[in-house]
Amino acid sequence: MMITFMNNSDSEEEPCNERTSLMSAESPPVPSHQDGLQASEAGEAQTHRKRRMGSSRSPNNAADGNMSGSSVPVRESALENEEEELTLKYGAKHVIMLFVPVTLCMIVVVATIKSVRFYTEKNGQLIYTPFSEDTPSVGQRLLNSVLNTIIMISVIVVMTVFLVLLYKYRCYKFIHGWLILSSLMLLFLFTYIYLGEVLKTYNVAMDYPTLILVIWNFGAVGMICIHWKGPLQLQQAYLIMISALMALVFIKYLPEWSAWVILGAISIYDLMAVLCPKGPLRMLVETAQERNEPIFPALIYSSAMMWTVGMAKPDTAARGPSQQTWDTAEDGRENHRSPSHSDSEISETRSPVPTHPITSLEELEEEERGVKLGLGDFIFYSVLVGKAAATASGDWNTTLASFVAILIGLCLTLLLLAVFKKALPALPISITFGLVFYFSTDNLVRPFMDTLASHQLYI
Amino acid sequence: KKPPPAPGCGFAAPGAASLSQLVLSFPHRAFFWLVSLLLASLIWFVSVHLSDQEDSKLQYGLLVFGAAVSVLLQEVFRFAYFKLLKKADEGLAMISEDGRSPISLKQMAYVSGLSFGIISGVFSVINILADSIGPGIVGIHGDSPYYFITSAFLTMALVFLHTFWGVIFFDACEKRRYWCLGLVVASHLVTSGLTFLNPWYEASLVPIYIITVCMGVWAFFTAGGSFRNVLKCLSCKGLAGGREGCVPRGVPVGSVASVWASLGLPWVFGWDGCSRWGSQRSRDGGDDGSGP
Repeated sequence: MMITFMNNSDSEEEPCNERTSLMSAESPPVPSHQDGLQASEAGEAQTHRKRRMGSSRSPNNAADGNMSGSSVPVRESALENEEEELTLKYGAKHVIMLFVPVTLCMIVVVATIKSVRFYTEKNGQLIYTPFSEDTPSVGQRLLNSVLNTIIMISVIVVMTVFLVLLYKYRCYKFIHGWLILSSLMLLFLFTYIYLGEVLKTYNVAMDYPTLILVIWNFGAVGMICIHWKGPLQLQQAYLIMISALMALVFIKYLPEWSAWVILGAISIYDLMAVLCPKGPLRMLVETAQERNEPIFPALIYSSAMMWTVGMAKPDTAARGPSQQTWDTAEDGRENHRSPSHSDSEISETRSPVPTHPITSLEELEEEERGVKLGLGDFIFYSVLVGKAAATASGDWNTTLASFVAILIGLCLTLLLLAVFKKALPALPISITFGLVFYFSTDNLVRPFMDTLASHQLYI
Repeated sequence: KKPPPAPGCGFAAPGAASLSQLVLSFPHRAFFWLVSLLLASLIWFVSVHLSDQEDSKLQYGLLVFGAAVSVLLQEVFRFAYFKLLKKADEGLAMISEDGRSPISLKQMAYVSGLSFGIISGVFSVINILADSIGPGIVGIHGDSPYYFITSAFLTMALVFLHTFWGVIFFDACEKRRYWCLGLVVASHLVTSGLTFLNPWYEASLVPIYIITVCMGVWAFFTAGGSFRNVLKCLSCKGLAGGREGCVPRGVPVGSVASVWASLGLPWVFGWDGCSRWGSQRSRDGGDDGSGP
């Protein structure tokens, strides 16, 4: 089967947080939580990482943008104009390609929150947020939520650093195993719990043999699609589903105020980890670039977009800096190939680079269009919107406002990506807008709209 | 030799293009509308808290004031969006090869109006829709039993109105016809004001629909349509001949979508729900068993 991931400039992508694995392009993140049980550290770490968004642009852009810092080819202005136009045209397509999965994930989360009561009931907390919020005074509650956030963020930082070290010392097998374990738990255990709760809500009876059959099929196909090969749409669907499941777990187990503070803190962390020179994720990228290896292709949602329109220009443009584009493209290709081989072959897949026939260059360029967004971004966007749906006193306006805010943030981030042409954190802008809109809509707009609606006034 | 494109079809270019444009630019416009709403709510909130909360007449007055401020802010933001779009348009025109931008401003006007309409309509109606699912009796406290159905019609009218206002507004800004602008803002204020007459539906719904139809006709002519085009389009029977004077697919798509969204669902829940809820309430004793 064809893997149609597009991953053009891996080196310009920052690795995602724990969600991304070194090995396969499709390892899912897997946080393993249970009602207050201690999940494996690895699983936890994965869940909390942040990802970044990389964008695969056309080869000329890639070449221009220079990811690995190789020399930018000189172009004539006509070619640049053409390229700018292509960038904008395809930039628009990229934006839509990310809107759809983000919207789908949010829809799944909001639909579940509004209908299945399980996810809004308080049933204990994760061990990573040990302080309870059931305190009488506001100050105490605030203090507890800040402490919870500090603990959570430190866990994330520790895990990221651990991952960076593992990557530095080439412990690929460990990471691969960790990811497989995580995705197993996510695809089987969490799906079982989710299905159970949905069946309970709608009062549908299901016998165990049927349940086992369904869960087994779902999980097995998911593992194959995510870790190995599968049709692109199915892979995307599974990634969306596991992001939604993870977001639901967070919404259920994070206490209210802690959730908001954590959302804020994690976007700050994301910003720093990606942009600061000593940030763990940035170090990871640099290490990967030094080794000329694909960086953490896994746990990233990638939208494939194959088109051959306007191939002529990008082609001629790409042939110039072809060596550099080739390398980065080749890295991209490797990511796609790796799932089909075992992890130990990761280093070996790099060697065939020089021996690839020229004909595959076109094929490669056809694939090199698409945008990637880390799964953690999906998860935290959905957590924000889901929390808005869960706690906004039955009001849909707040949910809608947060949704629009997140989409706008995503648009802006994509715009910045087009301007700066390097990997950027996808969380800060969207989460900031989302939080601002959530709190302002909940406190200011809601009373206004409610009063208007009670008199049936329209504005 | 290709005949020149009929001007009426600039109203809504090929349906597929405008759908993707709609999806793409919906968040931007929704964002602008939301910001305007936020500012208006802020003003209203501050004014309410600074005033005497017991005085209901004052509160009602403040509500009217808040609504008026909100309408004005919406138009201001519509203008701001127009400016933004003009800038983007110019930028695109500069970098494109033949000096023309790939997006047509008329198309943008239509999509912009529709997005404003959708977000405004959805914000107005979604809580009502959500409530219409739950058990209850409409108008049990003496309000009108036609609350849902009239809300549906009002929302539909609002969506259409925003679409038409968008087209007229952008065109007026392009051609600097400020009286058109003033008329659009005035009609928005009038529409909003008419909803204050609300339980007296004959006085509010009928004029609002008259305004909607007038705006629709005005927008049609602004976008370059004419009777000749209409006849040509009808005779083409929806041929997708690109720009050759055939049915602009975006208009039916947008209209049908908004009609269904704002009318279909509440009709189902609102109209025949009235009697159903009454009997259910008396039967169940008011307990919502397995309801979501």
